[in-house]
This record gives sequence, C-alpha cells and structure tokens, in this order.
Amino acid sequence: MTDAVQQVAAKPARTGVISWHSTPRRVATIYLPLACFVVVLLFPFYWMTITTLKPNHELYNYKDYNPFFVHSPTLVNVKKLLFDTEYPQWLFTTMSIAIAATVLSIFASVLAAYAIQRLRFRGSQWVGLAIYLAYLVPPSILFIPLATMVFKLGLYDSPFALILTYPTFLIPFCTWLLIGYFKSIPYELEECAMIDGATRLQILRKITLPLAVPGLISAGIFAFTLSWNEFIYALAFIQSSEKKTVPVAVLTQLVQGDDYQWGALMAGALFGSIPVALFYSFFVDYYVSSLTGAVKE
Amino acid sequence: MASVDIIDAAKSFGAVRVIKGVNIPIGDGEFVILVGPSGCGKSTLLRMIAGLEEISEGQIRIGSRVVNDVPPKERDIAMVFQNYALYPHMTVADNMAFSLKLKQAPKSEITAKVDRAAQILGLGPLLQRYPRQLSGGQRQRVAMGRAIVRDPQVFLFDEPLSNLDAKLRVQMRTEIKELHQRLKTTTIYVTHDQIEAMTMADRIVVMHDGIVEQMGVPLDLYDRPANLFVAGFIGSPAMNMIKGSIRNSSFETEKGNHLPLGNAPAASEGRRAIYGVRPEHIHLAGDGIPAEVVVVEPTGAETQVIVKAGGDELTCVFRERITAKPGETIRIAPELKVVHLFDADDGRRLSA
Ligand SMILES: Nc1ncnc2c1ncn2[C@@H]1O[C@H](COP(=O)(O)OP(=O)(O)O)[C@@H](O)[C@H]1O
Ligand SMILES: [Mg+2]
Repeated sequence: MTDAVQQVAAKPARTGVISWHSTPRRVATIYLPLACFVVVLLFPFYWMTITTLKPNHELYNYKDYNPFFVHSPTLVNVKKLLFDTEYPQWLFTTMSIAIAATVLSIFASVLAAYAIQRLRFRGSQWVGLAIYLAYLVPPSILFIPLATMVFKLGLYDSPFALILTYPTFLIPFCTWLLIGYFKSIPYELEECAMIDGATRLQILRKITLPLAVPGLISAGIFAFTLSWNEFIYALAFIQSSEKKTVPVAVLTQLVQGDDYQWGALMAGALFGSIPVALFYSFFVDYYVSSLTGAVKE
Repeated sequence: MASVDIIDAAKSFGAVRVIKGVNIPIGDGEFVILVGPSGCGKSTLLRMIAGLEEISEGQIRIGSRVVNDVPPKERDIAMVFQNYALYPHMTVADNMAFSLKLKQAPKSEITAKVDRAAQILGLGPLLQRYPRQLSGGQRQRVAMGRAIVRDPQVFLFDEPLSNLDAKLRVQMRTEIKELHQRLKTTTIYVTHDQIEAMTMADRIVVMHDGIVEQMGVPLDLYDRPANLFVAGFIGSPAMNMIKGSIRNSSFETEKGNHLPLGNAPAASEGRRAIYGVRPEHIHLAGDGIPAEVVVVEPTGAETQVIVKAGGDELTCVFRERITAKPGETIRIAPELKVVHLFDADDGRRLSA
C-alpha cells in the first residue's frame, strides 16, 4: 500500500505539479493543523502554570506586566496550597475514591457486558438497552433521590457515599464500552475453549479478558477520569473539608466569599490534572487501539 | 475412540428447519466426510455433534452414551475450526497445552504430549511463537496439534483447508489422511469440496438441504449415484444429463435423437427418464453419434471438449489429443456399462 503510493509519487510524470509529499504540502496539511490543535489543547495548562507561578501583584496588573509571561516567578502559591490547606489529603481522598469506584465499576461492567453479549439470555437486548437508558438520566436529577438513600444508609460525609454512587453512571458507560469490545472477540475462540474443557468463568478469565485488555484499560481510564472530575455528588454528599475531593475542595476552600485565591486555585487544578494526564499517557496505545480496532486473528 | 450414531437428528433455528432428520452411523475409527453445497447444514450437524448447537429432535450417541444433554467439554471430542480459532494471546505450546492445563494434568505429561504432537506435525521450532507469527498452513497444523494432544474419542473438522492455497491444500489433505492412519481416531470431516471428499474419506455422506442424499464409499458414489443430486455433485467435470424417455431399448431425447442403452431397466418402455453419462465415459468411435465441436480445452494429459449432439450440449473428456477445430464434426459413443438412468420425476436412480 505505502509502496504503491511512494511509487506513484516518484513518477517523473508528476513533476511540475506539487507532489503529495512536498514540504509545503506537508506543512499545510499536517503540521499547521497539528500545531493549532496542540496550542488550543495546551494553552489552558500553560495558563494554569503561569498563574500558579505569578505573585498576586503581577496577577492583577496586566498593564505593567505582560499577562502571557511570568516576570518574577514565585512558589508562594504552591506553598500555600500544600502547607496551609489540606490539599495533599484531598488529593489522596480523590485518588482513593476514583480507584475504588473504577475497580468496582469495571468488575460489575465486565460481568454485565459478558452476560449481555455472550450468554444471550432471554431479553438480554432489553437489559442492554435499559442499562443504556439509565446512563442518560443526568446526575443533576439523580442526586436528590441518591442523597436520600445516602442519608438513610448512614453514608453521608463518608467516602463510601461517593464510591457507591459513582458506579451509577460509570457502570452503564463501561458496560456499553465493553459490550462493544467483547463483540469484536471472535465467538469461535470461546466455543473452542468450551470444547477444550473450560467453564464459562474460566473462558472469561483465560480467553475473553486477556483479549479484552485494551477495552478494559480504556473503560478504566474513562471511569477514573469521570470519578476524578465528578463534582455534583462530591459537593452534595461530603461536608467535612478534609474529606472533600479536589474539584470540590479547591472551589469551596480556596474561594472565600468573593475572594478568589487564583494562584492557589490554579496550582490546585494543575496538580489535580497531573495524575489523570500521567494515567492517559501511560495507556494511550491501548486506549487508541480499543477505540479504533479490535482483536486481530 | 468411539463410534458416533446420529439417529433421526433434526435442528430448527426458530421456525426454520435446517437439519431435517438425518441418520448416520459412523464406525469406530472411521474417517467420514460430510459433503454438500454451501448452506446445506453440514456445519450445523457437526456443531450438534460437538455440543455447540442443541439437538432439536432425535439423538446423537458417542460410543454408547446419548450426548444430547452432555455439554461439549464432557463429550471428549476435539474440533478444528475453519478459521482455526487459535488463542491469539498464547504461544503455540500454550495453545496446545490449554486443554490439558484445564484438566490439571501433571506438567511432565503436558510437556510430553505437546512435544509428541509437535513432533508429529513438525511444529517443534515454532512452539514459542504466537499465532500471528505463523503462516496459514502452520496455523492449520497448530489447530490440529491442539486436537491431537487431547487424544479424544472423536475428531471433528469443519472445512479446515478452505483458507489455504491450492497447493498447500493438497499437501494438508495427505497429512490429515496420514494422521488418521496413524492415530486411528474416529474422524468426522466437513467440506464442500467433493474432490477433498473423494480423496480422503473412508465413507462419504452427501448432504443437501438438510437431508442425507446418499452415504457410501467414495467409488460407490461415483459408480452408482443414488439420485440426480449426487450424480451431479460427485465427479468433475459434472455428469452430462439429458432429458428424454426410454423407447425400444434405447433412449430418445426430448429433441428426438437416440442414445444407446446397455440394457434398459425392466418394464420401463416409454418411461420418462434422465440419461446421465460422465464426461470421461464418452469416447471417440468411428461408428458413433456425430457431434459438432463447440470448444476444445486441452489440459495436457486430457482434452476437455464441449460438443453439440442433436441439440444437446455434452462435455467430454478424452485421453486422446483432439485436433478437431470448433465447427468440425467428430463421432462419439458413451460407454454403455456406465450409463446412468434416473427417474424424471423424483430423480431417483432407475435400477440399471
Ligand atoms: N445460528 C443460526 N441461526 C439461524 N440460522 C442458522 C444459524 N446457523 C446456521 N443457520 C442456517 O442454517 C443453514 C445451514 O448452515 P450451515 O450448517 O452453516 O451450512 P454449511 O456449513 O453446510 O454451509 C443455513 O441456511 C444457515 O443460514
Ligand atoms: Mg459451514
């Protein structure tokens, strides 16, 4: 395929016309759009970083100081965030809750998706559809009834309030993602394993799941990110400042009245996005492959 | 090893009856091939034997045991799938060892069995590779290796050679046959390729549209096809078939020509019938029927000639080199001993 393309490009008959592989063309079709894309994506991070590093007087005075650069960088905001607030604690809480909710959701989703896709029990399609519909109910409506349940179960102001409510939107999402992924694994492999003597659970563990690793990872990333950034439930179900998650805590503890502590706020947002960014970059290959392709052979 | 008995077995998918009651007794150690056109239900029947499809009606026995309600893993069979179904995340060795590991066989036994299968199939140097690193023929062999290590009662093959190129297919045909002679395990093999069936089988079962048309040893099917379907399916190029009726111990075609008959079946004067003669059973004869040459296709050893004799087109295969050009006339005669007659209404062989 690529060989053929290159051969065509190398033909002398094409001289005079701008070849597909010429430098100007590449710049116009690849590098320029890519550059715009990168700038748009990375600018917020840049903004967060410089805001973090600016002293207050510089932050509020854009006439004397160019707002796009830092003139006298300082770590005072970082210090304030890390030592004058409970930020490390919030970070840890958020991480634990996100991991617990993710693990719980993936576990439930694997079983649900496998049953819906492979066991083909009576009405399995309807169950699949129902789960999807559940996903469409917005959290802003759900949090009121959920709040009642959380109170009654005595989970208010405990991390379990979040660990157990996040799966309400994570499971439908992950289940749908995994149904699609399981569908791409040839059923013949499972039939073959069945003849080889495996039980359903052995098939799931030894054949389907190992082949679905890219799907599991992307479901995991989604679940983790959604839990990490979740706001409404975290705001409604947690009261004590030391038990709050980063998105809520940053907002409630660093905005006092109408006093926005921008430097510390941005530092909090920046540090809060680092784990997610690391997580993504670590698994990006699996993630892309699960969205674009499936098991070959 | 075990015999397999298929007794009045039927299969419906919803309202569609795909297997319409078949009876196939298969002896211990036999190599039986189910052959038939695409969509006739061969795979479905094989999967019923494997336990991957429920049996709607009738019975299937493996050995003396009725297996209708026995799950696949307890049927003691091994199946080779058309696309091989190798586990992509396991090495060749692990693929072959998978079933033994599930049985929790001792490590030494697993290694011994895998090594033996690898040696039989020439897979030794490939044991640590992954399926994606193998060629089609090698994958095919791994799939067979996986079946061999199980040492099952019955081998099931579903069109195992259809994804290979022509040359490899011929080679694997021989290998599978040799493997069977060596292991003597009862084998049920599905294919749509009648040549594969003719060359490999101890016994062939010709299926069509969910029923068994005929069962028998390969040459029997060739020599005495039970009906028009089998006559047309077995043999290549296909048998010539001409409509007409039996008159005065010869055959009168619908177009009014006469074809010779050896001995017409008793009490058949005037009966409407179909005259069947295989291309290779038509010879050049000085006193034969005049026929106009339409196409000449030399293949080296033989020459295939399509002729028009009295308005009917016939395919002939001659050992002789034919120098006649299209438009010229040659004289041909069917070999009377091997002319077939079939009933014009139900297509059954008339006892001749
Ligand atoms: N799971 C199924 N549901 C409905 N119809 C099926 C199913 N499997 C096979 N069939 C039908 O049964 C018929 C026989 O199929 P199959 O056994 O695969 O044929 P073959 O292997 O001889 O080509 C086909 O008409 C096919 O459409
Ligand atoms: Mg088939």
